[in-house]
Amino acid sequence: MRLEAIRQALAALAVTEEVEVVKIIPAPKPAEGEEAAKPTEVREKVSQTMLFTPDYKKKGFHLDIKVLSAELPAAAQVLIDQGFFLEAITGVDWPKERQIEVVYDFSHWAELCRVVIRTRTDRDQPEVPTISHIYSGANWHERETHDFFGVKFSGHPDLSPFLLPDDADYHPLRKDFKA
Amino acid sequence: MTMNIELIRLLAFLVGIIAFAALNAAYLVWVERKGAAHFQRRIGPKEVGPYGLLQPLADGVKLMTKQLLVPDGVDPLLFKVAPILLLVPAVMSFVTIPFGEHLAARNVDLGLLMIFAFASINVLGLLIGAWGSANKYAIIAAARVISQNIAYEIPMLLTAIALVMATGSMNLNEIVAQQGGGLWHWNLIRLTYAASPLTPIAFLIFFTTMLAETNRAPFDMAEAESELVAGAFTEYAGMGFGVFFMGEYANIVVGASLVTVLFLGGWQSPLPFLPGSVVWFLAKMYAIIFTVVWIRWTYPRTQFYALLNLSWKVLIPISLVNLVLTAGWLKVF
Amino acid sequence: MNAPVTDRHPAVLDRTAETFVLNLGPQHPATHGVLRVKLTMDGEYIVHAEPVLGYIHRMHEKMAENRTWAQFMPNMGRLDYLAALSYNHGYAMAAERAEGIEVPERAEYIRCITVELNRIASHLLWFGAFVLDLGGFTPLLYAFDDREQILDLLESVTGARLTFCYFRFGGVYNDIDDNFITGARAFIKRLRSRMPMYHDLVTKNIILIKRLKDIGPISQEMCRRYGATGPVLRGSGVSFDVRKHEPYSVYPEFDFDIPVYHECDSMARYMVRMDEMEQSMRIIEQGLDKLPDGPVMAAKAPKILKPAKGDYYAAVEAARGSFGIRVVSDGTNTPYRLKLRSPTFSNLSLFSEACQGMILPDALALMGTLDLVIPEIDR
Repeated sequence: MRLEAIRQALAALAVTEEVEVVKIIPAPKPAEGEEAAKPTEVREKVSQTMLFTPDYKKKGFHLDIKVLSAELPAAAQVLIDQGFFLEAITGVDWPKERQIEVVYDFSHWAELCRVVIRTRTDRDQPEVPTISHIYSGANWHERETHDFFGVKFSGHPDLSPFLLPDDADYHPLRKDFKA
Repeated sequence: MTMNIELIRLLAFLVGIIAFAALNAAYLVWVERKGAAHFQRRIGPKEVGPYGLLQPLADGVKLMTKQLLVPDGVDPLLFKVAPILLLVPAVMSFVTIPFGEHLAARNVDLGLLMIFAFASINVLGLLIGAWGSANKYAIIAAARVISQNIAYEIPMLLTAIALVMATGSMNLNEIVAQQGGGLWHWNLIRLTYAASPLTPIAFLIFFTTMLAETNRAPFDMAEAESELVAGAFTEYAGMGFGVFFMGEYANIVVGASLVTVLFLGGWQSPLPFLPGSVVWFLAKMYAIIFTVVWIRWTYPRTQFYALLNLSWKVLIPISLVNLVLTAGWLKVF
Repeated sequence: MNAPVTDRHPAVLDRTAETFVLNLGPQHPATHGVLRVKLTMDGEYIVHAEPVLGYIHRMHEKMAENRTWAQFMPNMGRLDYLAALSYNHGYAMAAERAEGIEVPERAEYIRCITVELNRIASHLLWFGAFVLDLGGFTPLLYAFDDREQILDLLESVTGARLTFCYFRFGGVYNDIDDNFITGARAFIKRLRSRMPMYHDLVTKNIILIKRLKDIGPISQEMCRRYGATGPVLRGSGVSFDVRKHEPYSVYPEFDFDIPVYHECDSMARYMVRMDEMEQSMRIIEQGLDKLPDGPVMAAKAPKILKPAKGDYYAAVEAARGSFGIRVVSDGTNTPYRLKLRSPTFSNLSLFSEACQGMILPDALALMGTLDLVIPEIDR
């Protein structure tokens, strides 16, 4: 029930992206004696709203939404109004795409409904707005993500090193960091 | 000639008292550790000597061989004076305590007053030590100790005054002498004459305030090890700490002696046909001390404001009522 | 429903009041480890508290990226060293979900039994250490005495006493034997007989009640904003327990209750944990009764995990709250990214707001009820 409500509320915020879909067209059956031709791959660009309801048994969460970073506070507001709590915030580094993904995990007390919100930001100038004014607990999670990935959370009250030493100028969870 | 004998007598008593205080301090640590161990289903010290009886000696040697550390930033004079200021008044209090019928260094007429006067210096020692060590935890502890001691000195004195009114004397030996003739003559349950029926309650109040005055659990605000690290003693190490501890234990002995003298008949025997002796005194005193140890290892620490509330809102009113009732009782009978 | 907020000290409102900074930790008897809290104090009143973390930060999440899935399992014993098996369980579940491994039923039962034993051990230690925080030394030794029995039991099957690495992807490393079963039953009998003593000596103690009742209120709304879980949340009247809410393993097979208290104060959190021990004992008993025969490792469990690309989430109810683990796989034999959502990290984050205007000993009592394990916060 809540899943559907939250799905509809967040659909407006979700990113619509051009996704490359690979379609495999099997080759026609080869005639006698001929070698089988390889199946042809066709790449198509499809416009798709980045909102998935994955198989919970397989993935462990119910709703997976990608939003523009600017929409994060709005999405967080929707979730807190629905009674969700913040489980964690984390980052994932994608050096090939020159992007850092910031992942927000939400869950609900009354109903089993795990919502994942993700956004991507430029790896060289990573910046996303803070949600610490909505979820007070986000304050620490964002500081941690700033420590590990160097993501700047604009509007955050204090982004000084948290788990790392006070003079840390490195971001250890980036893939190019070598200890 | 009599002058000389008196002087020698005093000197002998002084040496005796200091030895008694020091031995008690050392062996009360052992009692505390052994007692705590048994309350906690452990064995406690057992390696040094039989039943770990030489443990206090080993502890003493360890403490004395340690450097007298004076940390940077402390006030060296105050820092060094404080432990002495805690120990000396405690030792001085022993002067008037009648251990036996003729076993008192000095039979002072205002003995009770003298003990209270010396006992009040105790808190000064803690304050000076805490202030001198320039440590925030120590100063918080000192602030607590002062408000605690002020709060608890009042009911303590009020109950003592009620008792003095009943006995008509501040001479400790005189007070003990009055309680002769068996259990029922003790001030605690004095059935004979001239003591208000509230005296058992006065005894409880006195015992409670004694715990608070000697900074024992559950009123151990001075140390409060889980809140204030080691409270007023945070910066002390080696024998500085050792002397503080001797002072603390000496204070407990004085407190227990006072309870014994005022309420439990001092050296008087509980049964009229048995002679009074120092043995009775020591037995009663150590029973009180054991109770103190027992309480410490059973209860959690009280909340600081609960402690002050207890004194100002419960103990002081009750002891005032006790005082008035005693006065009335004496007037009527 | 919420407990009345204790009177705020004027200094909290008046920021110009003369204050001083008190450094609580990183070495302090009440912070149980290396937590440091920078307290701005007005006398004994706390105007502002700022926890400073990172003294035992080991970057477990980077370690995960540098070793295979199986090699990372020992790290799970080193987060929350008091209830390490829950963390074993969470990680094993995440990896099994990613790889699609089915765990044999007997292994699931063994997992639940050992995890619940571990939970009791953790709560017992918390109980002792918490009363120690309040100045009562003796219950700690009694609790240790009982906890020792559990550690002996767990040692006999896992080979470790504290930093367990017992679960494998697809089962457990070692089967339990009859000695373990009789030992566990004997232990439950023993603890059942001792719980009334704990309640008589500690729970009903007037000093303890005065120090906990109506002290340290944490409202539901605050729990939601900070993401608090576990006994902290259940002490605020929310019946949220991952074991019931998001049933995993064989927990649906067991009949147990979630203790919930609505007072929102320190006493409520204390009572939740005390009651949880009873419930864990019920689970263990049922588990031992129902324990099926069979293998303890999935026959087809691969030696080297190479989960399909994508991310996976698994959550378990650890002793301190909901432990979540998010893994991102890129199809190789090492995790691409592994996020550990530790419950006390979120639970501690509300301390700063909750302790404002409190007197120092009350704040330490509140901190004690959060049941902090610092290595788990710092990771």
